[in-house]
Amino acid sequence: MNEAATLAGWEVVIGLEVHCELATTTKLFCGCLNAFGDEPNTNICPVCLGLPGSLPVLNRYAVELAMRIGTALRAEIEPSVFHRKNYFYPDMPKDFQISQYDAPINRGGRLELPDGTVVGIERAHLEEDTGKTTHVGGTGRIGGADYALVDYNRAGVPLVEIVSAPDISSAGQARAYVSELRAILVATGTSDGRMEEGSMRVDANVSVRRSGRALGTRCEIKNLNSLRSLGRAIEFEAARQIGLLEAGGTVVQETRHWDEDRSETLAMRSKEEADDYRYFPEPDLVPLAPEGRWQAEVAASLGALPAERRGDLLRLIGGEPTPAQVDQVRSVVASDLDALVVASSERGAPAPLALVRVANEVAAEPERARGLDADALARLLVLESSGELSASQSKEVLAELLANGGDPAEIARRLGFEPMDKGALAEVVARVIAERPEDWARFIAGEDKVKGPLIGAVRRATDNQADPAAVGRHLEELRASRA
Amino acid sequence: MSPSALELAAAVRSGERSAREVVEDSLQAVSERDDDIHAFVEILADQALARADEIDSAVTAGVDPGPLAGVPVALKDNLCTRGVPTTCSSRILQGWHPPYDATVVERLVGAGAIVVGKTNMDEFAMGSSTENSCSGPSRNPHDYGRVPGGSSGGSAAAVAAGFVPLAFGSDTGGSIRQPAAFCGVVGMKPTYGLVSRYGLVAFASSLDQVGPFATTVTDAAAAFEVIAGHDERDSTSLEAPAPDVSAAVEAGVAGKRIGVVRELVDAVEPEVAARVREAAEAMAGAGAVVEEVSIPQFRYGLAAYYLLAPAEASSNLARFDGVRYGSRVDAPDAEGMNVATRTAGFGPEVKRRIMLGTYALSAGYYDAYYARAQRVRTLVAEGFARAYRRFDAMLGATTPTTAFALGERAGDPLSMYLSDTCTVPASLAGHPAISVPFGTDRSGLPVGVQAMAPALGEAMLFALAGALERAAPALGDAP
Amino acid sequence: MTPRVPQPSQLAAIGPDQVLHVARLARLELSEDELSRFTGQLASVLDYAAQLSELEVDELEPMSHPLPLRNVLRADEITPSLRREEVLAEAPAAESGRFRVPRIISEEG
Ligand SMILES: [Mg+2]
Ligand SMILES: [Zn+2]
Repeated sequence: MNEAATLAGWEVVIGLEVHCELATTTKLFCGCLNAFGDEPNTNICPVCLGLPGSLPVLNRYAVELAMRIGTALRAEIEPSVFHRKNYFYPDMPKDFQISQYDAPINRGGRLELPDGTVVGIERAHLEEDTGKTTHVGGTGRIGGADYALVDYNRAGVPLVEIVSAPDISSAGQARAYVSELRAILVATGTSDGRMEEGSMRVDANVSVRRSGRALGTRCEIKNLNSLRSLGRAIEFEAARQIGLLEAGGTVVQETRHWDEDRSETLAMRSKEEADDYRYFPEPDLVPLAPEGRWQAEVAASLGALPAERRGDLLRLIGGEPTPAQVDQVRSVVASDLDALVVASSERGAPAPLALVRVANEVAAEPERARGLDADALARLLVLESSGELSASQSKEVLAELLANGGDPAEIARRLGFEPMDKGALAEVVARVIAERPEDWARFIAGEDKVKGPLIGAVRRATDNQADPAAVGRHLEELRASRA
Repeated sequence: MSPSALELAAAVRSGERSAREVVEDSLQAVSERDDDIHAFVEILADQALARADEIDSAVTAGVDPGPLAGVPVALKDNLCTRGVPTTCSSRILQGWHPPYDATVVERLVGAGAIVVGKTNMDEFAMGSSTENSCSGPSRNPHDYGRVPGGSSGGSAAAVAAGFVPLAFGSDTGGSIRQPAAFCGVVGMKPTYGLVSRYGLVAFASSLDQVGPFATTVTDAAAAFEVIAGHDERDSTSLEAPAPDVSAAVEAGVAGKRIGVVRELVDAVEPEVAARVREAAEAMAGAGAVVEEVSIPQFRYGLAAYYLLAPAEASSNLARFDGVRYGSRVDAPDAEGMNVATRTAGFGPEVKRRIMLGTYALSAGYYDAYYARAQRVRTLVAEGFARAYRRFDAMLGATTPTTAFALGERAGDPLSMYLSDTCTVPASLAGHPAISVPFGTDRSGLPVGVQAMAPALGEAMLFALAGALERAAPALGDAP
Repeated sequence: MTPRVPQPSQLAAIGPDQVLHVARLARLELSEDELSRFTGQLASVLDYAAQLSELEVDELEPMSHPLPLRNVLRADEITPSLRREEVLAEAPAAESGRFRVPRIISEEG
């Protein structure tokens, strides 16, 4: 279906619920390791297995991370109470989830998208994650399987559920919201934000209405585990609802499942009484009321947020940024590499060059990037900008720097990137001038557009050993000496 | 009368008696009479004797095994014991071996006590007669035709029958005090939060407390001191140091102001009321200032309790779904398996309470039932607070009647629930309370008098209990 | 001033339909005579509970806990986990290090 066509005269109203796993060492209510990808059922104890007689004890650091998120989202940190959300499911060890209901730790707040749109935050509360179910045999699809296997390593992992207001009006905006939120989580060290590992999971509430009319019936879409599926699912669902309404039908409020392969949303089978969760205050836990001093410490420990860091970086680059630079700044901040740009420019590297190299070559190696020494990077970029190394040479040295570290000049020498000394360069230039008298004449006459071809010829004559900038400077000197 | 726990511990610590000998006596007594009484669901003879030998070698090596050295103890079967079946007298937990010990169990073993067995109970502690057990009822050692009370009936009976000098149970709305009264032993419920609930299979989390059964108040005090104290594995465990109560037992009540709660006298059988009045006079005789006091809010305690406890239970018992442990009845799909497992695994009383609690929490009824009951709980606590401005401790009956006949109330849940009327108020407030034997009724059945004190008032509680014990008419020869 | 909540006495007495609904929520199956027996018994308990409506308690704080405790927290430190063999040995069914259950039909959570 063609989105634009279908959307004519319609508004899409989207609210997002994002569950993010907190970057704690242990689980929310027990001392089991909070780790992804371990052998099944190796990080389990009486508490996270919900064994009879076991009792939860709240992880202080999880509370602190929840407060960081709230502070970053400009929410109010309030006294909160844990409730039990009662429903049966095999991957939930106690057959209830410990969550927060009418008294969440973070209430209200806002998130500003890079394009300036402000999305309201309704709440960001603490809760425990469930185990992982694998459906085996049969069609492989839930319900169609022969049986299921459950791993409780993830059960009890701390989550913060961030609920946005229905302020989002397009798939693109929804994606922008999630990537900005992800950048904030990464920047505040509260979560690794890895959607592919499920440490960030998104549910979307989607409804449509004729422009300016009252809100329509919404559907909740689950299983959106990438930005791509988030966008596609919203577009499909909006089109589906509009199609229904335009055909005179009605939208039923229901939970739908995004099927990546079929690329469509499907209504989920769910029991009619499933929504009677019988919330009541968890009697095994006591109320949580972070005192002002603790809240202040958290606020103080919070570094600059992505929006602010993007601003700082653009200021450092200076001048009117090109669209390419704006993108580079966004990606560098999102991958938490802006400090590297700042550090190397403080050590003498030109900021724009540092930005390009970090946004491209360095960002391409996220693992190795962490080990990269800003000082070495700075020295390399100085060599490049002074023309002692060509761009291609500089990239090769940088690759080596990322792989094994070391001293850039030393690496350049090892790779045989000896900057040509002026004498040698002068001879080559003289030879080239002799070979192309008319180009030379036009150059002297002030025709700068021949400068490029001349430099190119010199580089070819030195099989690209000569640095273009250096050659250019030499040609200018020669011309000046003629004047 | 068999020796008290502290007498036994003294003998073992001094080397005058061996722990093995003490444990053998206990196992002997069990083998002689438990076929009739059925106090135990699991006897741990080998484990107990092995432990006894460790205690004995410690003594010979000059190491003190602790205040309960060599004392045989029985544990209600809702206290988790590592590698030892813990069933809560439920079919659904048959064959479950917990991978860990309850904190209370760790502390008892650490104090030199020797666990000789797990005792029978009402399934998941839901009941007042120990008839709701998947392994059949326990019987009252004073009259095999009568119930021992419940839900900790097996532990009460084990002490009353002289199998062990000390046993442990859990009290949610009276499950220690009521069977103690029926069996003529001392039974104590601590201040909520003083004894760790870690490893106690939950019935109603905001009410459950573990406490001791003993033949003497002094033994109960010693046992309480061993199990009480902060536990970082229980978020509702108090940081406050456990009160030192042993000294208080002999302190007496001279000058203490004691209120006799009218609601806990008028509402009970004449013979029980008569014992309570005699106890009150005896306390006056011991120098206490004794006055009657009315706490009208108590009349609503039971109704609130029978909404709150089942509500918490309905959630606590959801985890028994056949997935991770315990029994399973298979079915083509997971939900069907849950249903089949729970339908076959739970007895009728547990099903009743799960449904009652689910109803009280369900959409549309929460405010009218659960939230309202919570407000009434506040009301009861306020009634206590007002009374404790005038009194140091309170006195009343533990139960409306003496032990009733097996099967007498099985058909009528409400009549069974009513036997908790006198014990529920202290449970709702989270206050400490103790039942002390005080004479018998006409047919020679034990009567229990209940002493109550404010939160953390255990010293006062045991002082009053000690005074009551000294004033109590002899029970007659031990059954 | 908290809004007036419905009084137990104002609520329709519990009938077989509610009992069935509640049994479904609690994953219990009732036979015909269990249904009628339980309905009667729950009705009599709820009728007894209706006396709470005599009380004017709307102004009182609900007491969900006997203790005034707050902020009970643990350090984010690892404690030993259980051995998988020990845990799976208790499972009614296990396969390749996981707990095995029959196929799941309803999609929840
Ligand atoms: Mg949630
Ligand atoms: Zn754990």
